[in-house]
Amino acid sequence: MSPMPSVVEAGRWLRDGETTAVRLLEGALQRAANCEAQIHAFLTIDRERALETAARADADLADGIDRGPLHGIPIALKDNMCTRGVETTAASQILAGYRPPYDATVVSRLGEGGAVVVGKTNLDEFAMGSSTENSAYGPTFNPWDITRVPGGSSGGSAAAVAVGSSVAALGSDTGGSIRQPAALCGVVGMKPTYGTVSRYGLIAFASSLDQIGPLTRTVEDSALTLEVIWGHDPLDATSYSGDYPDPKAGLDRGVAGLRVGVVKELSGEGYEPAVESAMGEMVSRLEGAGVEVVEVSLPSFEIALSAYYLIAPAECSANLARFDGIRYGHRGQGSTTEGLMSRTRAEGFGPEVTRRILLGTYALSAGYYEAFYGQAQRVRAAIQEDFTRAYQQVDVLVSPTSPTVAFAAGERTANPLAMYLSDICTIPSNLAGHPAISVPVGLDSQGLPIGFQVMAPPLGEEVMYQVAAEVERFAGFELAPTLQEVAS
Amino acid sequence: MRWEPVIGIEVHVELLTDSKMFCGCAVGFGAEPNTNVCPTCLGLPGALPVTNRAAIESIMAIGLALNCEVSPRSVFHRKNYFYADLPKNYQISQFDNPVCTGGYLDVEVEGASHRVGIERAHMEEDTGKSTHVGAGGRIHAAESTLLDFNRSGVPLVEIVSRPEIRSAEEARAYAQELRSVVVELGVSDARLEEGSMRFDANVSIRPQGSTDLGTKVEVKNMNSFRSLERAVEHEIARQIGLVDSGGKVVMETRHWDEEAGVTHSMRTKEGSSDYRYFVEPDLVPMVLDREWVRQIQETLPELPASRRERYRRDGLGDALAGVLAAADPALRHIYEDAVTVGADPKAAANWVTGDVIGWLRRRELDPIELQLDGAALAELVGMVGEGRISSSAAKDVLDGVLSGEGRPAEVAETRDLIQISDRASLETLVAEVLAANPKAVEGYRGGDEKVVGFLVGQVMRATQGKADPRMVDELLREQLLA
Repeated sequence: MSPMPSVVEAGRWLRDGETTAVRLLEGALQRAANCEAQIHAFLTIDRERALETAARADADLADGIDRGPLHGIPIALKDNMCTRGVETTAASQILAGYRPPYDATVVSRLGEGGAVVVGKTNLDEFAMGSSTENSAYGPTFNPWDITRVPGGSSGGSAAAVAVGSSVAALGSDTGGSIRQPAALCGVVGMKPTYGTVSRYGLIAFASSLDQIGPLTRTVEDSALTLEVIWGHDPLDATSYSGDYPDPKAGLDRGVAGLRVGVVKELSGEGYEPAVESAMGEMVSRLEGAGVEVVEVSLPSFEIALSAYYLIAPAECSANLARFDGIRYGHRGQGSTTEGLMSRTRAEGFGPEVTRRILLGTYALSAGYYEAFYGQAQRVRAAIQEDFTRAYQQVDVLVSPTSPTVAFAAGERTANPLAMYLSDICTIPSNLAGHPAISVPVGLDSQGLPIGFQVMAPPLGEEVMYQVAAEVERFAGFELAPTLQEVAS
Repeated sequence: MRWEPVIGIEVHVELLTDSKMFCGCAVGFGAEPNTNVCPTCLGLPGALPVTNRAAIESIMAIGLALNCEVSPRSVFHRKNYFYADLPKNYQISQFDNPVCTGGYLDVEVEGASHRVGIERAHMEEDTGKSTHVGAGGRIHAAESTLLDFNRSGVPLVEIVSRPEIRSAEEARAYAQELRSVVVELGVSDARLEEGSMRFDANVSIRPQGSTDLGTKVEVKNMNSFRSLERAVEHEIARQIGLVDSGGKVVMETRHWDEEAGVTHSMRTKEGSSDYRYFVEPDLVPMVLDREWVRQIQETLPELPASRRERYRRDGLGDALAGVLAAADPALRHIYEDAVTVGADPKAAANWVTGDVIGWLRRRELDPIELQLDGAALAELVGMVGEGRISSSAAKDVLDGVLSGEGRPAEVAETRDLIQISDRASLETLVAEVLAANPKAVEGYRGGDEKVVGFLVGQVMRATQGKADPRMVDELLREQLLA
């Protein structure tokens, strides 16, 4: 396959007149046409609209209007971000055919930044899952091995960037849904500090954890994309209104003198040897580059997964209550309001979504609240305290992004607990609201990508990218999925 | 056994803010259905709430007026339940950390003051409105239901009293006093008929002298103060009757049927409903700093209770002070200005609350349109006091003033209403009347007292009513006895 450019490269070609936004888009669409049958990364591609946007981007550039690093760049959106007039389903049957009357804030910002939306990517229904198998519209497959999952829930976005059906993509990360599929697909996936990217127009899974972020080919692309989408938004009450860091500031700075903590709890049983050795190798490289490496223990991480699986379902049980068939989306038949609502929900939600709604409803119920939800909130506070203590010692924390490489399709669908363990390394950052990034560092013996996670304190995006950029240089990872294109 | 009623009232007040609680949609009664709506108040996927600062200032004002503590930090919760007119199927409300806690409201019943404790006042959003079509508007057997989301997300303050109300009259007085407070604050129009003020009553009974609380029944659907009083009265009687005949009160919600004058069981509550409250993750805690609270406190207007007390000190009786205190501000200002320039308070208050209001009603005018100021009212009161015009002529003068004919003295002149109180000319007139009615004179001398009335009437007729009747009476008796 001919390599697709990064955001930085494509931007240079555009400004040098070597290509146009329309040609970039056509390249992406061609790639999608060749790959979709095998990986199914997209739910919707609005070719007409995308071509119009690309033509406008070209016209603007010709007129000397330059909207910044994403100007004219093809970008894919996870299908849980609202796009005005374009079907937005969150991969659920309950929203089949739903066209929002408004754009999510990130979509408006991409528009203002001149980006060209290629289409809407597949996900686990309502972002609940770690394999993109829980989509009502069929699973996405991993471009490095199409018998395997791409991770999830932003599996469509990760796969699309991996094959070059889009130069960059946005995903959402509630417990690892950007970083884990990025790791499994060999791309860079980043979850920003909670509150820095507006959630307005993101179909909520768990409001206190959800955060939109970029999936890109390179670390620099990630920082550039983040700069376009983040910033205070008056439409989101949890939006951060203070000063924002400069994510690009440290990209070329190197890592000498930094202190890096290796999280003790995110290793050992359940971690594949290839993952652990890639991890160890990268830590040695960093040490060789002048980093002070410290092993750090954050004991609360052992119970983070349990707390997450109470808090996220509890919030989702309320967030998904609005899907009742009354105002929009799928409507089941019923002779009473209650009957109509129950039928709608029984028919509209898939099994994993139903499971989490039930789990959350139970956790919030009178008599159980304290034992479940109350206790989970205390664990959340303990995780924050552990992080705070660790960051008194180190600048960033590192771990594998996922304990395993991409697993076989169907392997964990019957075993929710095994599936939930996929997010064990990523969940703590969500519970604390901290930024974290996954950078591909190599392949295992089967040729499957391995991700390396860098976590930073709140608003620590600068140092996080600083370390990530060095990791990327050391890894010298080549994004070349083995997928055989099928000519369309 | 003698029973004591225990009553608590929950009042919902819609705020008169420009926009809704969590979005920018307009607030207003009577707009075309589903026109004041947006993604947020329709609960569309992805939409988020943002708190309306003006609504928070309104509830702070209500709390301060009700002598509540305003919490320095207050939190929104989600109250989860499924209902077709609740777009998100949860209501953003407050649970264990409301804006206002622990106040009181003094209410008067038959001249005696009672203090009713306020448990809390919290902020929430209103639901949409369901209209059931067919089956007489009842939900069961209705053919269809129409939903209007204009009201969805309108800021709503719920004010919960302590169970410290002991009679139906007191329940009514409490609700009325609360209404006058929120109207005075200008935070709500509190119109019962439009539903911008709604109340539910929690009623239980217990043996006189007991301090335990009995099983409570929630009574709903009272659309006027009178129906609140009637419903509570009926519910107290129903519970006493039930218990006296060996029955037991069950915890339930009952619906007041205004026409039949009875309550019907709506649903039995198995303990309290499980709303699965949890902190609203889409909002951050509100910080109500002391400086902000102080600013709100400073802008509070004079409240009805303190105004009543002030009018009482003016020398008005309880009833008159109460009526005037509840009157339109334009009317109260006329009264207050008149008293300032020396008018007798009682007379001025009687004019304002009697003839002036009557005149406005007849013409269907608003007090703000009145062409009457305090000085003119004082002049009118003074003219009556000095005997320059009679009380009945004064009503004519008032009509003239209100109709824009001029100051009271001018109107009395032009309408020729000045009393004849010139002794000499009245003496002549009396003599003429006596001369013309010899029979009556004879009758009086024969002991018939009634003829004096007839003779006064004759003099008044001769002066077209302008003679001072007391002076005429006096002169007649003098001449008859001469």
